[in-house]
Amino acid sequence: MVKPRSVRVSAVVGVALLAAVGCSSPVPSAGGTSGGGTVVVATAGEPDTLNPVLNFGPDGASLIFDGLVARDARNALTPALARELPQVSADGRTVTAKLREGVLFHDGSPLTAQDVVFTYQAVLDPKVDSTLRSDLDMLASVAAPDPATVVFTLKHPYAPFLQRLALGVVPAKAFAGQDVNKAEFNRRPIGTGPYRMTSWTPGDRLVLAANDRYWGGRPANPGVVVAFVADDNVRAQRMRAGEFDAAELPPKLAVGFDGPGGHRVQRVPTADYRGVMLPMGNPVLGDLAVRRALHAAVDRQAMVTGVLGGAGEPAFGPVPPSSEFAEASITGRPAADPAAATAILDAAGWTPGPDGIRARAGRKAAFTLMYPATDSLRKELALAVTADARKIGIAVNPQGLTWDAITPRMKTDALIMGYGTPYDPDFVSFKLFGSAFAGQGFFNPGSYRSATVDAALQAGRDNADPAARRAAYATFQRQLAADVPWVFLTYLQHTYVVRDTVVGVTPRVEPHEHDVANSLWWNVHTWTKTS
Amino acid sequence: MTTKAPTPVRRRRLAGAGVVIRRRLLVAVPVLAATSMGMFALGAASPIDPAQQYAGAAAFTTTEENLAQLRANWGVDDPLPVQYARWVGNLLRGDLGWSTSRHEPVTSVLAARAGWTLLLVGAALALVLVASVLLGTLAAYRRGGWFDRALRATAYAVQSMPVFWIGLAAIALFALTLGWLPAGGLTDLTATGTAPADVARHLVLPVTVLAISQAPWFVLFVRDAVAESLRDDHVLAARARGLPGRTVLFGHALRTALLPFLTLVGTHLPELVGGAVLVETVFSLPGLGAVTVQAALGADFPLLAATTLATTVVVLTANLATDLGYAAADPRVRLDD
Repeated sequence: MVKPRSVRVSAVVGVALLAAVGCSSPVPSAGGTSGGGTVVVATAGEPDTLNPVLNFGPDGASLIFDGLVARDARNALTPALARELPQVSADGRTVTAKLREGVLFHDGSPLTAQDVVFTYQAVLDPKVDSTLRSDLDMLASVAAPDPATVVFTLKHPYAPFLQRLALGVVPAKAFAGQDVNKAEFNRRPIGTGPYRMTSWTPGDRLVLAANDRYWGGRPANPGVVVAFVADDNVRAQRMRAGEFDAAELPPKLAVGFDGPGGHRVQRVPTADYRGVMLPMGNPVLGDLAVRRALHAAVDRQAMVTGVLGGAGEPAFGPVPPSSEFAEASITGRPAADPAAATAILDAAGWTPGPDGIRARAGRKAAFTLMYPATDSLRKELALAVTADARKIGIAVNPQGLTWDAITPRMKTDALIMGYGTPYDPDFVSFKLFGSAFAGQGFFNPGSYRSATVDAALQAGRDNADPAARRAAYATFQRQLAADVPWVFLTYLQHTYVVRDTVVGVTPRVEPHEHDVANSLWWNVHTWTKTS
Repeated sequence: MTTKAPTPVRRRRLAGAGVVIRRRLLVAVPVLAATSMGMFALGAASPIDPAQQYAGAAAFTTTEENLAQLRANWGVDDPLPVQYARWVGNLLRGDLGWSTSRHEPVTSVLAARAGWTLLLVGAALALVLVASVLLGTLAAYRRGGWFDRALRATAYAVQSMPVFWIGLAAIALFALTLGWLPAGGLTDLTATGTAPADVARHLVLPVTVLAISQAPWFVLFVRDAVAESLRDDHVLAARARGLPGRTVLFGHALRTALLPFLTLVGTHLPELVGGAVLVETVFSLPGLGAVTVQAALGADFPLLAATTLATTVVVLTANLATDLGYAAADPRVRLDD
């Protein structure tokens, strides 16, 4: 039950309240640097909170915070608040991190192992409204045997555990006697990162100033401003007006900035795929021949060009080509192969009827394809799949619905879905394709079951040895390609427009989530501006 | 009330105002209760899961157990009457509740944002009133003249344009092409505070756009009303007595025409607030508009209930003020019967 902190304001005199707060302005920042080399970036996505425990920048690069580990330009783990990469015991169930010495929080207090313990215990605490608990379900306990050592104890061996340690560390002291869900900290964060927060006006901007005592060296610029502009057209216009140094824009709006004019367009590869989930419970889609024919019939190249405005690449599986775990044999023709598709259907006994729609034993080759109505990208992909399927004699009925209407139908109707993280193939795929999660909400909604896939996914998390993991995920990807529980369509690219005067931009493969944290500006502390 | 007062006429006009205010307050309580109950009933009927909305994209990787724990923490699965009683109890103790979509107390959300929305709406309303009275009166004075025809054509054209389109067009012209005014935001992005001059410069475009989008109704209304009253007996009589044109126009015709105008302002206030939501989005202003939409999408009922109640209170107050203003301006209207 919620017990919010009581605020002594009589709601009956709401008008008086509204009038009284009038135009109260945020407290002017002390020592905030303005103008000069301050980097101004703009994005649509504004975090609800700046507390890592409540899901702000769980994959690191959150500008204000550091995790025990960080990632470099190739997304390889590097030590951050940990002196070196944490040590994993032989049985894979104990992970020990030694802390870097002399790291200070923005308020001047030193980082200790207690702060790390507090951060992870807060995530695990059922009273804390954190969704990260699901990602750390293998963590049994965390302890600090001495002020410079943190020991994580796992319920079972979990090979990619270090990938979960990029979560920002918060100072335990700042939460003393407070409810983590409602702490002042969530709006006024204190971290160890390259920038400290100067002010945050929700709906407007986040102002960050360089942390001169940053353990990784003083940032190359005096500060960063993140402007929150929800509307794409408005963001593009303000970019054109010269207000931003870098802004995220949809591909079709970014195109206008290519060429001379002082801007360049950055197309950043992601691990964020879109595909069609084909439920095994559907009488037509339950047939492997139909699934394989759909896989061959979709024109991925046309989707990249037409739907994504060129900002994407064809997808053939859930492990992105940029990952070290990508299996080389999992590829295909970017263009449609209707001849192969019709051959598969003919061989399986699906014969064309008078209206051109195939049928077998009195059952028409027809199914419903759902997509979230508010997502225009998924809508266009659904329509493209519909058109491609029609060419091989399969009738698709696309339906735009709200999530609450989609959820109960996922066991029997196909759905355009999207997922993907570049960090480890276990992260999403274990739940999405594991038979233990069949029919559980958004985990494996199509109830795909394969003993080979289950064993491979389990081996991928049990084995610490990289070669054994690669072999396991190769098996997984090949089995998935044979069974086609999904038709993978495209990987997206995130597009940004950057002013030519900005130096130091180093794009890296991005996950789905990118706003203040983990965007093109993941290394903004090394950016400079020539004027 | 005594007839020996120095300004008996003025006194008598507002006689009974106290009674009216008391009566209106008595009506306001059931209206507010009904509004808030309606909010909660809609909330119960809403298929949106607040825990999934809270999780955002993480909802797809969050276990059902994790989501259930969140709902339990907030008590959103309790029976509706229990939730409502809890909300009213907290409200009476001055606690508006916790906003699940904004992760902060509802009072903080209102404190940080309501001021900017009020400033935007207030400034736009003032501009609309002054401009529409001036333009409408001038058009009525030379009815059928080129100014009148141009004004009416413009008003119909503007009325048919969506406010966000006017906003984007204004940005394209004044911010991008001419470079006179900033394209959005509350202050310069690198400013360290909210200096009044900086904020004022950033509010010129949004206030003007909101005013222009709402003006047609008011302009056309004033024009028609003044044109009508120019043919009234008392105005014709004033003319016949040889009073100067300006005195007749502003002192006699406009004054009569203004009375129904007050009612129009009162009833149009909600529309103005609705327009402000769109203007805030186009100009990236941190007002109540965006959070209200977010609250509705996220099934954040404490915040939604608070903004709805605040809007209801504003509208009820505006209606009361209109009636009192009417009584003060028109000697034929009496409040005490």
